[in-house]
Amino acid sequence: MQVEKKEFKPTIVAFCCNWCSYAGADLSGTNRLNYPANVKIIRVPCSCRVNPMFVLRAFQRGADGVIICGCHPGDCHYTTGNYYARRRMTLLFSMLDFLGIERDRTRLEWVSAAEGAKFAATMNDFVETVTKLGENKRLEDLRCKKQ
Amino acid sequence: MQRIGVFVCWCGSNIAGTVDVHKVAEALKSEPGVVISTQYQYMCSEAGQTLIKDAIRDHKLTGIVVCSCSPRMHEATFRKTAAAAGLNPYMVEIANIREQCSWIHKDMEVGTEKAIILGRAAIAKVHLNAPLVAGESPVVKRALVIGGGIAGIQTALDIADAGFPVDIVETKPTIGGKMAQIDKTFPTLDCAACILTPKMVDAAQHEKINIYAYSEVAEVKGFVGNFSVKIKQKARMVDTTKCTGCGLCVEKCPMKKVPNEFNLGMDKRSAIYIPFAQAVPKVATIDPTACIKMKTGKCGLCATVCEAGAIDYTQQDSFIEEKYGAIVVATGYNPINLDKYDEFAYNQSPDVITSLEFERLTNAAGPTAGKLLRPSDGKHPHTLVFVQCVGSRCDVANEKGKSYCSKICCMYTAKHAMLCREKYPDTDVYVFYIDVRTPGKNFDEFYRRAVEEYGVHYIKGMVGKVAPQADGTLLVQGSDLIEGEQLKIKADLVVLAAAIEPDKSARPLATMLTASMDTNDFFTEAHPKLRPVESPTAGVFLSGCCQGPKDIPETVSQASGAAAKVIGLLVKDSLTCNPCVAHSNELMCNGCSACEKVCPYGAISYEDKEFRMPDRTTAIRRVASVNPAVCQGCGACTVACPSGAMDLNGFSNSQIMAEVDAICK
Amino acid sequence: MQEAMIKRAKELLTDGTVNRVLGWQKGGVAYDATPAVFDSAEALEQGFVYDDFTAANLSKYLVKETKNEGKVLVFLKPCDTYSLNQLTKEHRVNRDNVYVIGVGCDGKADVEKLRAQGMDGILGITAEGDNFVVETLYGNKTVAKADVLAERCVVCKSRKLMTYDEILGEDGEVIDSNRFDMVEQLENMTSDQRYAFWQNELSRCIRCNACRNVCPACTCEKCVFDNVNSGVANTAAADSFEEKLFHVIRAFHVAGRCTDCGECSRVCPQGIPLHLLNRKFIKDINELYGEYQAGEDTDSRGPLTNFTYDDCEPSIVHERGVE
Repeated sequence: MQVEKKEFKPTIVAFCCNWCSYAGADLSGTNRLNYPANVKIIRVPCSCRVNPMFVLRAFQRGADGVIICGCHPGDCHYTTGNYYARRRMTLLFSMLDFLGIERDRTRLEWVSAAEGAKFAATMNDFVETVTKLGENKRLEDLRCKKQ
Repeated sequence: MQRIGVFVCWCGSNIAGTVDVHKVAEALKSEPGVVISTQYQYMCSEAGQTLIKDAIRDHKLTGIVVCSCSPRMHEATFRKTAAAAGLNPYMVEIANIREQCSWIHKDMEVGTEKAIILGRAAIAKVHLNAPLVAGESPVVKRALVIGGGIAGIQTALDIADAGFPVDIVETKPTIGGKMAQIDKTFPTLDCAACILTPKMVDAAQHEKINIYAYSEVAEVKGFVGNFSVKIKQKARMVDTTKCTGCGLCVEKCPMKKVPNEFNLGMDKRSAIYIPFAQAVPKVATIDPTACIKMKTGKCGLCATVCEAGAIDYTQQDSFIEEKYGAIVVATGYNPINLDKYDEFAYNQSPDVITSLEFERLTNAAGPTAGKLLRPSDGKHPHTLVFVQCVGSRCDVANEKGKSYCSKICCMYTAKHAMLCREKYPDTDVYVFYIDVRTPGKNFDEFYRRAVEEYGVHYIKGMVGKVAPQADGTLLVQGSDLIEGEQLKIKADLVVLAAAIEPDKSARPLATMLTASMDTNDFFTEAHPKLRPVESPTAGVFLSGCCQGPKDIPETVSQASGAAAKVIGLLVKDSLTCNPCVAHSNELMCNGCSACEKVCPYGAISYEDKEFRMPDRTTAIRRVASVNPAVCQGCGACTVACPSGAMDLNGFSNSQIMAEVDAICK
Repeated sequence: MQEAMIKRAKELLTDGTVNRVLGWQKGGVAYDATPAVFDSAEALEQGFVYDDFTAANLSKYLVKETKNEGKVLVFLKPCDTYSLNQLTKEHRVNRDNVYVIGVGCDGKADVEKLRAQGMDGILGITAEGDNFVVETLYGNKTVAKADVLAERCVVCKSRKLMTYDEILGEDGEVIDSNRFDMVEQLENMTSDQRYAFWQNELSRCIRCNACRNVCPACTCEKCVFDNVNSGVANTAAADSFEEKLFHVIRAFHVAGRCTDCGECSRVCPQGIPLHLLNRKFIKDINELYGEYQAGEDTDSRGPLTNFTYDDCEPSIVHERGVE
């Protein structure tokens, strides 16, 4: 028996570095490349500005997936920022996995200012993956839950 | 509580087409702190900006949110607008509802809902914004040019002519670079030395130009307007202030078997040498790896014959420290190493040469005094085969070569082929090519002359193999793609148009300068179209082939372009700093050095400071401080800091978390 | 050992090498020795204690102690010397103001494990070969060390003193420890099982902050969890997420700096195996970025303030282990 259910639309927070990925997101807009509206972008100067606290905060407040986008390794506007981000996020994601949080809720992608198409494709894929996972139940703070 | 104004832009129909701007403005009106929320067709227009300015004044706004296009487009515009109305420009936040909303969502309801959330996030952020004041840092009115080829020389001359002192650092004993090795230039065929050497002399004699030849950049500190550079002057074993360049030492030196790098090893030089007759500075240099005196302690002939008493075997590398306001990179290129190209027998036969070697073979000052003779037996070659794209335009998977087009090879090969036929009408000249690319002024005419007037045989196809034969000839096997046939040509000389690559010194230099490079080690420009002579690192400029392959006229144009940018910088007395930089809260700082370790700019330093503790005692604590003129605001330190003492203006922990909360709410 | 330590401490006080001694003081019960500063021979005679219960890592107290006048004598077990090195590296302790006597260590007894063996009214403990003789109100009892050693001692990573000015007892060797076994077991569980495991463990957390307060890597002037402006300041422990946030952030803050001394788990009143979080980071760092032992030296670059151009991507988390 099929039960009519309201389509689940995950809340996705995307941290994008100002120089590459945010520009890549702009380019996907300029080229009218669609991706779901549940992706909301937060501009940071560099992927190395993303504190693991921000990722956890997003989950706490009800995000279903968090993605961090930065310049490709070697292309960081600040030369080395994304290398630090890569280590930090690798360890953080591994820790969340260790705590039994679904691996697919977190992602790090390198998107250049020229990769508008990649940005849109990445977001489409991420939203699809997180949608399949369903609601974030393991990391939410019930008090912060949207009504 | 901030008094916030929200301004929703229609961007004509760009935003209003898929976002209900009225609804957005209405919805955001009820956000905390919002005292006015309105919309307009074009916020960035004169009228739109006036609307914002009036609202700032009328409603005594302390912060504004503009819901419009990307902040990368108009953030600067609206900051100026705010400043004009007396509001601190850093009290402006942009909600990107065009590129990241209206342009990607087709459904009005979806777009409107997202635009409202993005607006809310910007409002949440602006609540936590603080007025920022940009600091100023003084500009040292002196430029450094790294590399003394035609790019560096032209840049230095232009800057010096504008009245600013310039230092050129050149790693070789003389300036001149690759152009000094070239015989004639396309498409005019004028003699390279005739147009280059006067410029070298101009540079040497210019009262504002100082040349550090046989020197290298050892260390770069500082930032735009205020670089501190350590230059290593390699020991020449010759006192350059005394040497007159008479050349007697060179003549008398008993060690004459050193491969001459200026002629690419095709002849020999002595252990003490002057690279070429027009070298600047024209002083001798002792090659310590070849000099008998340096190696065994015996000899010393050059010191004996030197009337100026310039020889000093005890000379050591010395270091100079100088401050600069701007740095120009002009490190140039080299042909790639062809050791891996066994199919062309480059290492097996001396008669397979590179195009640069061919330049020296046809140069009057070269190893053969300009006579085209085969390196193996000194005989006049009758059949010549030129192979283009050796190592250029390769598959990325092909580890031997480069993915890019080296750009200059088509034209110099046409030049070589033409000169060859002109000087030696008895020769047969073949050119194997993939494409002939001639997009330059008078370039295609030049190439067609080679084919039509000089009878050069252009064959579309690649050479598969060059096999040295017992009779001393070279069997060239290639395919003619147009005729669809395999060719075998018995050649006397094969000339390979080797790809060019950035000089090996470029990568470590980029690290020192914190300037970015692409995967091929070419320096990246700040913008590929609009800022082609600037590197993304402020105060670092690009000149010549270090940025990408280019020919002489293009190099000179870029050199002058870079000089213009440098002049534009040096003419300023001070620079406005980016106020969105990190700062450390001393009360929370542990002094642990984590931030310093991840700072790419060396902007963080430590000092021991006395603090009054809560129990009224005092304690000395090590605390970090950020030099706001050096910090570029990446934020790496803010995450490395466990206590959260380090935070970033404009992108503070609390601001970003407020955005997160607004989005997730 | 206790007598030898007191004797040597007195000598160093007398000859003026140090003006106070950081050691352990008798607590209300035998197994509850607490860190204390002694400034005279008499104080040492009266209160100084060292036995198989004195487990506290004294290095953290040096952050405060070295700010005071004069040199302080401290007794450090091998695992504590790693902590001191790390604190020295981070400029938290001025090593010049410390006189370290390294004491050899064969492992400390875990009172909870003794209780589990049915021992009550514990009055004291002495080691005899592979056994502990436990003095209780109901007479002496003998137990095998292996059965009652603290977890961190069972999987001891090193009996080698990393820094000292002199040694009492024997210096040991770095041990090829199996300390990551439990982490590996968890890694091999399914995601659901791991979630259930940690939900069970962390939901017991009462946010007493003992783990943070004892941790020699947690020496921040102001902890983010106490800072109302940090956005993660301690809020009422009313939601299971708060505990996860706290422990993940805390583990992340000490990642690359944690020497795995095990104090966090030792002091947890709820018996939560907090060291597993730290060990997970250590294991990941070792596997992904090369072996790194925090506190082995005072000048190397920590793994989180370092990188290589060809570091793995975070997607490696997907590529390995059980989903």
